[in-house]
Amino acid sequence: MIRVILPAHLRKLAHVDGEVKLVVEGPVTQRSVLDALEARYPMLQGTIRDHVTKKRRAFVRFFACGEDLSHEPADAPLPNAVATGAEPFMVVGAIAGG
Amino acid sequence: MSGTRVLVGTRKGAFILTSDGKRQKWDVSGPHFAGWEIYHVKGSPADPNRLYASQSSSWFGQIIQRSDDGGKTWHQPGTPAGEPTTTPDGMPKGESNKFVYDASSETGKPLTTHQWYDGTPHPWEFKRVWHIEPSLTDPNTVYAGVEDAALFRSTDGGKSWQELSGLRGHGSGASWAPGAGGMCLHTILLDPSNPKRIFIAISSAGAFRTDDGGQTWEPINRGLHSLYIPNPTPEVGHCVHRIAMNPSRPKVLFMQKHWDVMRSNDAGESWKEISGNLPTDFGFVIDVHAHEPETIYVVPIKSDSEHFPPEGKLRVYRSRTGGNEWEPLTKGLPQSDCYVNVLRDAMAVDGLDPCGVYFGTSGGQVYASANAGDSWAPIVRDLPPVLSVEVQTLP
Repeated sequence: MIRVILPAHLRKLAHVDGEVKLVVEGPVTQRSVLDALEARYPMLQGTIRDHVTKKRRAFVRFFACGEDLSHEPADAPLPNAVATGAEPFMVVGAIAGG
Repeated sequence: MSGTRVLVGTRKGAFILTSDGKRQKWDVSGPHFAGWEIYHVKGSPADPNRLYASQSSSWFGQIIQRSDDGGKTWHQPGTPAGEPTTTPDGMPKGESNKFVYDASSETGKPLTTHQWYDGTPHPWEFKRVWHIEPSLTDPNTVYAGVEDAALFRSTDGGKSWQELSGLRGHGSGASWAPGAGGMCLHTILLDPSNPKRIFIAISSAGAFRTDDGGQTWEPINRGLHSLYIPNPTPEVGHCVHRIAMNPSRPKVLFMQKHWDVMRSNDAGESWKEISGNLPTDFGFVIDVHAHEPETIYVVPIKSDSEHFPPEGKLRVYRSRTGGNEWEPLTKGLPQSDCYVNVLRDAMAVDGLDPCGVYFGTSGGQVYASANAGDSWAPIVRDLPPVLSVEVQTLP
């Protein structure tokens, strides 16, 4: 079971509280996790990555196990701790404000 | 007694204000979609309980929201109202926020670039929906004006959107350039006497009209004169801020251009200036009285860099002669130290008698007049900066 933490605005859109838990078939990568997330919560399509190009939106970042994975290839394996569910995959809105 | 519902979009959410036909006491609901920019909320003329809202943010992009009960509950079209979508099987596609420019060879002349601020080619990039215009007759048909400028249409209640690509492809699209607020398609007027005719306006390309339901378009900018561009009278390139029409006379159009208030008596074929005695002819909003098609309203703004009322006095100007002769309307509006702006989609009129007029400010006030502008009062005054105001007259 993959654990995903969404920012508050996206949790509200998806009508979920707390972490999202997903079953991901095959290799656990950014792409496979986001594919599973969008399949279960179709209203999140287009909010994290572009509908067509699947590129990450500019003000969205990905973290896991204390590392910034935003610039890792979409098909690179995520850390084993994410794949086992020991650690969450975090979707984070870039910091803005003063 | 009939009622009134005012739909307010702000920088940080939407608000809905309701009143009876007297329009003296108002209930405020909201913020809906708190924290998001709500560029526009508008109701269907064919079904007043059907509302559409454009919700966007720099972080998470565009969302379209729909209400089928007059704003009590909302959902993204294609997803169940207020329910989680928890089963993978048979789920609707999440495409209510998918605005993809038409690049097919069959339906248009695909354009890859428009002009950037410095005149260099820049790729078309979808940023947000500025304006939503529901069909006059079908609650499930709705138009969306977007940045970068294009017109989209949904015929399934907002579940999916298709570009009317003849607009960008009509020939001048590659020369369009953004205004300071972005290259937005901000005005959509549907002709009640001719379902094939639509008027739109783009900052800063100008006004366009289709007479075949959106397949082909022509610029309608003859008579516009823009001193701030190298050629002041081009076919396209004018910074039109807003166009308004009284439904009883759909060939008569009124325009607030960047500078200049303009009028057309021939569906945009030609324009004449009607700024007359206005203290400044810069501004954003313009609207027409619901029952008097020669009575129009503007809010003069000092200049294109000083986006506030002249002399710190918030004044709506009314012409009862179709332009040129204007009177300031000040009763109930702040007449000192007022430095707010009124953006292009932030004025509306209701259909009651006497006609109600409404506008919202960058300071978060929404002012209303229940007597066609003779006197005003804030019906809410401490909202986030107001982006848009629409009004529904309820049976």
